[in-house]
Amino acid sequence: MTAVRHVDVLVVGAGPAGLAAAARLAAAGAGRVEVLEREPEPGGVPRHSAHGGFGTLTRPLTGPRYARLLTEAAERAGATLRTGVTALDWARGGPVVTTVGPGGPETVRARAVVLATGARERPRAARLVPGTRPAGVCTTGELQRAVHLFGQHIGTRAVVVGAEDVSYAAAGTLRAAGTEVVALVTEDPRAHTGRARAQAARLYHGIPLLTSATVTELLGHGRLSGVRVRHRDGRTAVLPCDTVVFTGDFVPDHELARRGGLVLDPGTRGPAADGAWHTSRPGVFAAGDLLHAVEPARTAALEGARAARAVLDHLAGAPWPDPGVPVLVSAPLRWITPNRVTPGARPDHHLLRTGTPPPRPVLYVHQDGRLLHRTRPVPRVALPHRTLTLTARWHDRVDPGGGPVRVSTG
Amino acid sequence: MTVTAAGPLPRTPYDVAIVGAGVVGCAIARELARHPRLRVALVEAQDDVGQGTSKANTAILHTGFDATPGTLEARLVREGHTLLGAYAARNGIPVERVGALLVAWDGEQLAALPRLARKAEDNGCHDTALLGPEELYTREPHLGPGALGALHVPGESVICPWTTTLAYATQAVRAGTDLHLNTAVRDVAWDGGHRLTTSRGTLYARHLVNAAGLHADTLDRALGHDDFTVTPRRGQLLVYDKFARPLVRHILLPVPTALGKGVLVAPTVHGNVLLGPTAEDLRDKHATESTAEGLATLREKGRRILPALVEEEVTAVYAGLRAATGHEDYRITAHPGQAYVTVGGIRSTGLTASMAIAAHVTGLLAGAGLDPGPVREPEPVTLPDLGEASPRPCRRADLVAADPEYGTLVCHCERVSRGEIRDALASTIPPRGLEGLRRRTRAGAGRCQGFYCGAAVRELFERGTGS
Repeated sequence: MTAVRHVDVLVVGAGPAGLAAAARLAAAGAGRVEVLEREPEPGGVPRHSAHGGFGTLTRPLTGPRYARLLTEAAERAGATLRTGVTALDWARGGPVVTTVGPGGPETVRARAVVLATGARERPRAARLVPGTRPAGVCTTGELQRAVHLFGQHIGTRAVVVGAEDVSYAAAGTLRAAGTEVVALVTEDPRAHTGRARAQAARLYHGIPLLTSATVTELLGHGRLSGVRVRHRDGRTAVLPCDTVVFTGDFVPDHELARRGGLVLDPGTRGPAADGAWHTSRPGVFAAGDLLHAVEPARTAALEGARAARAVLDHLAGAPWPDPGVPVLVSAPLRWITPNRVTPGARPDHHLLRTGTPPPRPVLYVHQDGRLLHRTRPVPRVALPHRTLTLTARWHDRVDPGGGPVRVSTG
Repeated sequence: MTVTAAGPLPRTPYDVAIVGAGVVGCAIARELARHPRLRVALVEAQDDVGQGTSKANTAILHTGFDATPGTLEARLVREGHTLLGAYAARNGIPVERVGALLVAWDGEQLAALPRLARKAEDNGCHDTALLGPEELYTREPHLGPGALGALHVPGESVICPWTTTLAYATQAVRAGTDLHLNTAVRDVAWDGGHRLTTSRGTLYARHLVNAAGLHADTLDRALGHDDFTVTPRRGQLLVYDKFARPLVRHILLPVPTALGKGVLVAPTVHGNVLLGPTAEDLRDKHATESTAEGLATLREKGRRILPALVEEEVTAVYAGLRAATGHEDYRITAHPGQAYVTVGGIRSTGLTASMAIAAHVTGLLAGAGLDPGPVREPEPVTLPDLGEASPRPCRRADLVAADPEYGTLVCHCERVSRGEIRDALASTIPPRGLEGLRRRTRAGAGRCQGFYCGAAVRELFERGTGS
């Protein structure tokens, strides 16, 4: 057992959520605020998202620039950033984390821990795509790091699996790397991105979009030689390519949360958390894409800042809330955050995602058969891969001793 | 120490050439390397050792409890179990003696258990026990409902198949064996000595060992023998996330019945859980692809055995081709007139039996006129322990203090440090690709499959190998 080091707040993960939380906490005088980042540089996913879409409407930024600004803000506020250090596991008693880095193994005890470990795309194996195991198969995350951080050669012809924002970002990265994009392939009947972006890819860059189609097999020994694609109507075709990028299908990186025995939400697969981002484990907060895979970086940063307020209350002696009332969703809704209702932790609003467009764009909130709220969601058209927001005004009508709250579309 | 992967082959004849650097060929090379006077070549078509069936199996160190008594396989598996068990302990190969449970799911299977217990007894396995459902569920609380009983075989273990093959080959190469990779044998002619026509030119040898696995029948025919035909039997396997590991404590084996074998669920020494294999008789010796039907079948069977397993994520899918010959035994034959030994029909038990096969083959070579000369035991090798049961290098304060590279993690899912990758690239038989690096270090073998580390691992590999 290594010696135990003490800090006030330990933030795990230096992405937008972790950095925003650390900046707010350090600025508010929370004491020693330390951020662990297992990668060599802070910034998280924006660090290798070399495209626009970050920052604000009035001040648009690229991912790397945004990551730098968040990093500088946290450091300026007085937070300590420790890169190349991995949080491995929990030690007994309270929020105590075991870590390792070039300085060796360590045990860090904190008065509060903020988990901001982010999300990742599910790889080919988890998606159970059959075929051989050739080289040339990756996710957008790996692709972007290879191109934007290491300048590696990717291939000559690539198929992109998916047609949502991240898929188009992957196509952009491939083109930047000099790789021809053979097609975007999606099981859905249409692309899920802005019309301008979809049209630019199709018309300006000549990238075909194959809808209602599934990649059913990877071909080739040694290096990928093609992918077999099946259309919903039964037709199949082989697209010759040496690279295939599996995009989207994000899952929270919940390893540390799960190892710590945190209650996970069945919808998000991230830690269950209330409106102030308290998890089920006293002293442990969560923020960012660990809670919901995935939302824009600014959402993650706002959650980090909101968690920081709750951390300050906790450090000031506020009692840890009871588990609270679970908020569940019914199909076709996939998940909702926050997904616990506790007194005194009302969020500004909830975020939801749907799997397929619901038959009627109306959201109902029930508890034990009692209608708490009925509303049209924002935006009015509920589509997969698009965030819906739901007001939290109904929280004061929730019976704290009652059953779970259920959000449905009918 | 000689490992070649390109360029011309040596012109001078070897005393022995072994074709095929799978687990069996490497074990034979290691056994022959105990005789320092012999010049031995280990010839492999692919760019690494253990690239065929040896890398895609169920990774079990069998007791041989269910072998057909009296067969060569039964004897070699029993001996091999003891030999490899001791070798693993000496050379840093992870083994976990988790024991196996043959779980009966219906009356027929339950009725078969006493017969299997008697068979185990005949095979020298005296510590088996029949368990009722209560004890079975105590031992395996996550088992699906409906199990009626089980036969417990405590000696069954799980082992790292990659490290085993690599340890044999490393020891052989350090003791003087020449390992020629990327050397596909196209033809062989016997003319008082062997002349092997390969993709890298001609190689001469006085004695020849055919350990070509799936291609052993082709090589055998080139020398005029028509003793067996290898039918590739594909086994698809699913590897589940480490979060599944607490769900299972033993190797859960199916009870063989007239309707064929079912699938097994087994922990791995790397901390994952295996589900498989399928058994599909094919013609194509390169058909190592997984199929939608195969994966669906496995998941359906897995759901019955361990329902919570299929709720976890899959981190890898692979398929291996077993060398089925239609015979219920190994096909190890000496042809003294040709100074030639065929090692054919080595089925899924080959990993367990490898060292005993090697000793047996060496005996056959001596019978075929090879004078092995004096024995000098090779130095033990210490390969990186990839087992989850022992602390990973990053957890060892002494190691990281001496060299901070062991504390700098690159592959986060599997906790692989820059130091381990550097060591693998500088090892006796260095990897020639990212897949080889993964088998030596586990880098990229985790749940993210390279989302975080893929580019960084590639960078280290390319910088380390100058490619």
